[in-house]
Amino acid sequence: MRGSVAIAGVGLAGCGEAPGWTEMEIAAAAAKNALDDAGLTARDVDGIVIASTNIFMSGLALAEHLGVRPKFTESSMVGGSSFVGHLIPAMLALNAGLCDTILVAYGSNQRTGTGRAEAGRHKMALDPQVFEHPYKPFNPPTSYALAAARHMHQYGTTRAQLAEIAVAARQWAQLNPEAFARDPLTLEDVLDSRMISDPLTVRDCCLVTDGGGAYVLTRAGRGKALKKAPAYLLGVGAAHWHRQISSMPDLTVTAATESGQRAFGMAGLGPRDIDVVELYDAFTINTLLFLEDLGFCKKGEGGAFVSGGRIAPGGELPVNTNGGGLSCVHPGMYGIFLLIEAVRQLRREAGDRQVRDAAVALAHGNGGVLSSQITAILGTQDTL
Amino acid sequence: MSPPSGPEKRYFDALAAGRFEIQKCNACAQHVFYPRVVCPHCGAGDLGWVAASGRGTVYSSTVVRRKPADGGDYNVCLVDLAEGVRMMSRVVGVPPECVTIGMSVKARLAEGLVEFTRA
Repeated sequence: MRGSVAIAGVGLAGCGEAPGWTEMEIAAAAAKNALDDAGLTARDVDGIVIASTNIFMSGLALAEHLGVRPKFTESSMVGGSSFVGHLIPAMLALNAGLCDTILVAYGSNQRTGTGRAEAGRHKMALDPQVFEHPYKPFNPPTSYALAAARHMHQYGTTRAQLAEIAVAARQWAQLNPEAFARDPLTLEDVLDSRMISDPLTVRDCCLVTDGGGAYVLTRAGRGKALKKAPAYLLGVGAAHWHRQISSMPDLTVTAATESGQRAFGMAGLGPRDIDVVELYDAFTINTLLFLEDLGFCKKGEGGAFVSGGRIAPGGELPVNTNGGGLSCVHPGMYGIFLLIEAVRQLRREAGDRQVRDAAVALAHGNGGVLSSQITAILGTQDTL
Repeated sequence: MSPPSGPEKRYFDALAAGRFEIQKCNACAQHVFYPRVVCPHCGAGDLGWVAASGRGTVYSSTVVRRKPADGGDYNVCLVDLAEGVRMMSRVVGVPPECVTIGMSVKARLAEGLVEFTRA
C-alpha cells in the first residue's frame, strides 16, 4: 500500500472568520479550491468523503451540494482526527478500483455561526455521558487538563515547558500570512493568561475559528497527468483505546504509540526520517504527548525536548509550521489542516515558513479527548 | 429482556437507594466501572454487583475556573477506587486547588451521585 495513493490537490476556505457562510458552503468552497489546485473539477470526482459534528448524513449533503453522484461515500466521525483517518478507507477504495478521484472536505462556522449554545444543549441531551457530565467537566479543556496535570506530577513537566509549545506555534504563525493569531506572544504572556482548567490557560488552548479545508486523493499512477506534483501517502495507522477521559488507561500515554508504529511500519521509516511534523495541537499538552508517543523523544522527556525553541522556527525539529491549532486555525476539527500544511511543505509552497528540502512529512490527528489517534506519513516522489 | 433493566439504570437506581455498587466479572474476577453489559477485560457477559469500598486515591485533578457570579471555581478529578477501577468525580470539603494527586479520599453519596471527601 506504501505510495499507492497520493494527495493531488489541497485547498482552504473561510479560515478565521466567515460570517454569513454555512458549514456546507465553506466545505464546498474549500473543495473547489482543492480541485482547482489539482487541475480537476467536481465532474471528475467519483468518491465523496466528509465528517461533520452537525450535519446529519453529511456525505449525502456534500455530494448533493456539488452535484456529484459518487461510487464511494465515507463519513466516519472520529472527532478531529477524522480527515486523517479518512485516508485509510479512501486508500483501500482507490486500490480496489471502486473509484478514481476522491474528494475529502470539511467546513465549520463555529466562530461566527449562530445557535452554538443551543446546539450544545441538544447534543448533551442526545448523548448525556452520565458518568462524566454530572461533574461538569468544561470539555474538552478539562479532560486535557487532567492529562497535563498527571504528566506534570509523574514527570516534573512544568507550565513553562507547555508555554514553550504555545510560543513556538505563534512564531510559526507569524511566518504564515494565512494564520489567524499573529501578534507577538511570550512565555510570560502564556503563564500570566487566564486559567481555564488548571494547569491549562487560555493560551494553552486552541483557537476557535471558522474555516474549511479539502484534499483530493487519487491513485499514484495518475500523478503525471496532474497540474502539480502530488504528495504520496507512504504510511498511515489508526488506534483508539477510549472515548471518555475517565476510561483512558494511562493519561500520560496515548494510542499514538500504536498508530505511529503502524504508520512508520507501512512507510518503512522512523522518527529520524521525518523532515517536518504536523501534530494536532488542540492544547499544548497534545504536542508534548505526541512527540513522546510518536518516538521523537522518550516518554517523560517531552518538556525538556520542546524547551529552548527546539520546535520553533530555526529549531532542530520543525513542528506545526502553519502555526497549528493554537495560532493558525481551529474550527472544531483540525485534522484536515495537518495534511494540507504537510502537502504544502512537500511542494515547497510554504513561503517564509518553508522547511528546506522537506521530503517526508508526518501528520498526526487526534480526536475526542486524546481518544482517536491517526498518523499519516507523506513524501515527495523521490521518497517512493 | 432480563434482568429488568440495563446496567446503567441498575447503577443509578442503587445510588438513589443509597447504595454505591459496582460490577465485578464472575468470569475473570476483575471489577468494572462504568457499568457495562460485557466485561471489557475478558469479554464475558456475566457481570455481578458488589458494594464498593468507597476508598480511593486521586489519580488526577483540575480546577475548572468559573466566574464567582456563576458559582465560582470547582474541582473535577479522576479517582482510582481500591477495587482498581477509575471514575470521574469531585472532591468536596477542601478548596478545589487543594485536591492533589495521590490524596486518599472516601466516597459519599450526594443527590444520587458519588463524590469524595478527604479520607
